Amino acid sequence: MTVRTAAAIASLAAGLAMAGCSSFYEIAVETPIQAKIDVSAFQRVLVAGFLTGGAKTIDANTETARLLRSQLRSKQDMRVVDTDALSLVDEFDRRHGTIAKVASGPDAEPRIKTEKDLESYEQIFNDAEYWKQVGADYQGPLIVTGSIMFTEISKSAVVSVPTSSVNEQGMEEYRSTRTYSNMKGYALSPKFVFIDGRTGAQLYSESYHEETLYPSGQNTPALSSYFELMDKILPSFLNTLSSQKIRGSRVLLK
Amino acid sequence: MRVRIWIIGLLLIGFAGPAYADRRTDAKDQVEFGIAVAQRGLWKEATFRWEKAVEIDPGYAAAWNDLGIGYEQLGQFDQARKAYEKAQELDPDNTYIRNNYDLFREIYDRQNRRRDR
Repeated sequence: MTVRTAAAIASLAAGLAMAGCSSFYEIAVETPIQAKIDVSAFQRVLVAGFLTGGAKTIDANTETARLLRSQLRSKQDMRVVDTDALSLVDEFDRRHGTIAKVASGPDAEPRIKTEKDLESYEQIFNDAEYWKQVGADYQGPLIVTGSIMFTEISKSAVVSVPTSSVNEQGMEEYRSTRTYSNMKGYALSPKFVFIDGRTGAQLYSESYHEETLYPSGQNTPALSSYFELMDKILPSFLNTLSSQKIRGSRVLLK
Repeated sequence: MRVRIWIIGLLLIGFAGPAYADRRTDAKDQVEFGIAVAQRGLWKEATFRWEKAVEIDPGYAAAWNDLGIGYEQLGQFDQARKAYEKAQELDPDNTYIRNNYDLFREIYDRQNRRRDR
């Protein structure tokens, strides 16, 4: 056996040994995540309605109530109460005697335009008597309410733009150039509040913020942006009420 | 005198080597069995096997990694974190272990943020 043959055998053996050491097996996993609140005491869930503000291009109250109801129907065990969404903005203004001063109707300017406007309206979530009364009408359900700020945004952002040029050999070359561009889009800031319909007490609340941006020339309907943003938030919202499994993969080693 | 020390040293290595190899072989058997049953969805049994493996050979990084995955799958997040961290400590350059741990941490941190509320 020559030295070269011996070296080849030794390197093959070393290679096999290395391969043996690094044996791995990708495996699908479903990691269980516990529900954020215990809802075992409730048989029903009522999506009551939302304080909404920002862009007037969509009816965020109706759309959110409809979307959450359909998701809750298919993804958890409580019975979903079928009723129209309450207008919490009107309710708040009625109680504070300001409804006569503001215009109403589909073309009216939204009464909540900024986060600051929203703050005063959010007092309604602490009104246990009001929520107890709402709960009494529907046999003490778990009440889902909150606020939805859906606003138009515009930003300058760095984007990658494909550019072509001719090189020294006369060949066309493509490359990606990073450049500042004006973008516009929407921001969605929902806050979900969960209230015990038997006592009116707040059980849990959680806030989110999502944004989506497009090149300023692109015309994207507000409603499709709203659904795109809500899609990102829904898994976490649903996980508040029911356990979920997060699918993924891990690598087992030998 | 020096020769004696050398002889004693060589004897120790001679005895310790096979003992270590035996431990690793036994632990590896448990790890392999665990992988086989995990692939059939029997995560409790798999986790039990990997617990055995790290008990037999506490320096076996792959076994700690697999144990981390097993605990994660059973929803025992604190134990999973400890197992993954032990695997990383034993084999800090292993990208598989690091990736598994990073994916786990995303879920673990989310769960803990929730508990803090």
